[in-house]
Amino acid sequence: MIRDWVSRNWKVVYARLWVRVKGGNREPEWIVAEMIIPVITLSAYIFMYRMLNAPAMYSGFVILGGTMIAFWVNVLWNMSSQFYWEKETGNLEVYFAAPISRMAILLGMALGGIVNTIVRAASVLIVGVLIFRTPLMLNEPLTAIFMFILTIIALYALGMLFASLFLMYGREAWHTANLLQEPVYFFSGSYFPVFGTAGIPMLVQAVASVIPLTFGLDGIRRVVILGQGIGNVWVDAAALIVFIAILLPLAKVALNFMENLGKKEGRLTLRWQ
Amino acid sequence: MPLSVETRDLVRTFKGEKGSVLKALDGVSIAIEEGEIFGLLGPNGAGKTTLIKILSTLLLPTSGEAYVGGFDVAREPGKVRRIISLVSGGETPGYGILTAQENLWFFSQLYGLSSSTAREEIKRLFKDLDFEQYAKTRMSKLSTGYRQRLNLARGMLNNPRILFLDEPTLGLDVMTSKRLRSYIVDWSKRERRGTVLLTTHYMAEADEMCDRVAMIAQGRILACDSPLTLKENLKENVITRLEVSSVSANFDFMEHMPGVVGYSQTRSIQTDTTTLKLMVKDESTMSKILTALKKQDLKILSTSEEEPTLEDVYISLCGRGFEEAEKEAQE
Repeated sequence: MIRDWVSRNWKVVYARLWVRVKGGNREPEWIVAEMIIPVITLSAYIFMYRMLNAPAMYSGFVILGGTMIAFWVNVLWNMSSQFYWEKETGNLEVYFAAPISRMAILLGMALGGIVNTIVRAASVLIVGVLIFRTPLMLNEPLTAIFMFILTIIALYALGMLFASLFLMYGREAWHTANLLQEPVYFFSGSYFPVFGTAGIPMLVQAVASVIPLTFGLDGIRRVVILGQGIGNVWVDAAALIVFIAILLPLAKVALNFMENLGKKEGRLTLRWQ
Repeated sequence: MPLSVETRDLVRTFKGEKGSVLKALDGVSIAIEEGEIFGLLGPNGAGKTTLIKILSTLLLPTSGEAYVGGFDVAREPGKVRRIISLVSGGETPGYGILTAQENLWFFSQLYGLSSSTAREEIKRLFKDLDFEQYAKTRMSKLSTGYRQRLNLARGMLNNPRILFLDEPTLGLDVMTSKRLRSYIVDWSKRERRGTVLLTTHYMAEADEMCDRVAMIAQGRILACDSPLTLKENLKENVITRLEVSSVSANFDFMEHMPGVVGYSQTRSIQTDTTTLKLMVKDESTMSKILTALKKQDLKILSTSEEEPTLEDVYISLCGRGFEEAEKEAQE
């Protein structure tokens, strides 16, 4: 019984992942939109730091920030508001009338998004490092991978929670995603380190500490740019684990709650709101 | 015969503007036998889609009970979803960037089909629905008719015991509608594969396909029987189609005229004419109506007596046709 359930839902996860990867890469325009444009944005910050005679490591901070921000953009636009688009195209009705776990759909979307974004983020990272000859100091590659995985899981868990909360939203989902984009760029320190940097107000650091991306970026930068090890980033790792432990179950609870509310209020498949 | 679908006193309300309550379903009780093609016929806003959404577990009833395949839709939605499929007309679920074949493979995975079974099913459906040549075409490039074939194919992938079709031929051309209708009838009757609950506001569609039809208006079932029996019950009435000379003709005088069962009207601005479909109890009532029309200086351009249709059944039950009912609902 459980084996059958797992097997059936695993197929759903894989299928939804496959749709995202296939759909996301079928047309080559993504190379311009998701690789070339981010590199141009990074360049602006790097040139600015160079003009200010900032240490060379700041170029690395920017490149890693730009790499990780690709995941945040993906979480916001391809995860959080995804159910809104699925509702508009009529897919949500099909998903909800099928004998599957809704979390399998969300997981498939998340994994597909991760696969696509890894390709894009890796391109940005490689191009950025090669063009700007950024010095890296990677002493513990396994710690870097560990921190990266934790960051991605925490981010996409947040995306799954947003997707659940946005389930009944109409156009507000779009606006909310817009609203969350720039502040997270700022508070997570995409283009500058937040924690422990002189001049960053305590309030900003406090707000930043509720965003998983901030801890992820801090940890990855320490390991990849500053050459630090697990002993230096355990606080970041612990914070990310706490985020994951809270966000994943919360996403499931929110999804169940929103589905039931939608069925009661008749808004689950109501469109053009 | 075991029941595939059963509802008992089903009520569904929605919150309207300024705290008002809209009753979409008002005590609906139906029983659909296994293998039956059952039609729900009514104008837009009658409650057809609401009923189908409750039965397909997308909406909860406000009160009453609903069972699909013997399972309670509110308490056992998971069991219901394993045996049903829902196809909504005018919808194009899927991903435009994927081909028709890729979309079907994706949907097959929602029902846990193995790769080989999915491949065979998809191939068969392309053949049966006659659009093999579009298997490798992106969904975004398919015409409305072929998208609807794809939508129906998607609904058939899991070989459902009970198929819910919500206006499956909405907006389709005659040929595609005919193809889809004959496929559904073959699937249910010749191959004996399942029960169909079909909602439509096309009278001919219900007449052609359904074993039984329930007439629904304002959330209430007004009559339920085979199309033939429903029409037979009208045999004692006189049904006449009249074409009169003005688009602005006033027929309010018929509202309370004794002997008038009901009427529907179609106005044509282009030809400045109104076509009336009248149902009266006897010839003398018909004469009175003709006299009253002449008094308004209206020319009778043509008259013809007609055999009863399902539209006439609706007129006899509501006193007006679908168009009038839809206008009234909008107001």
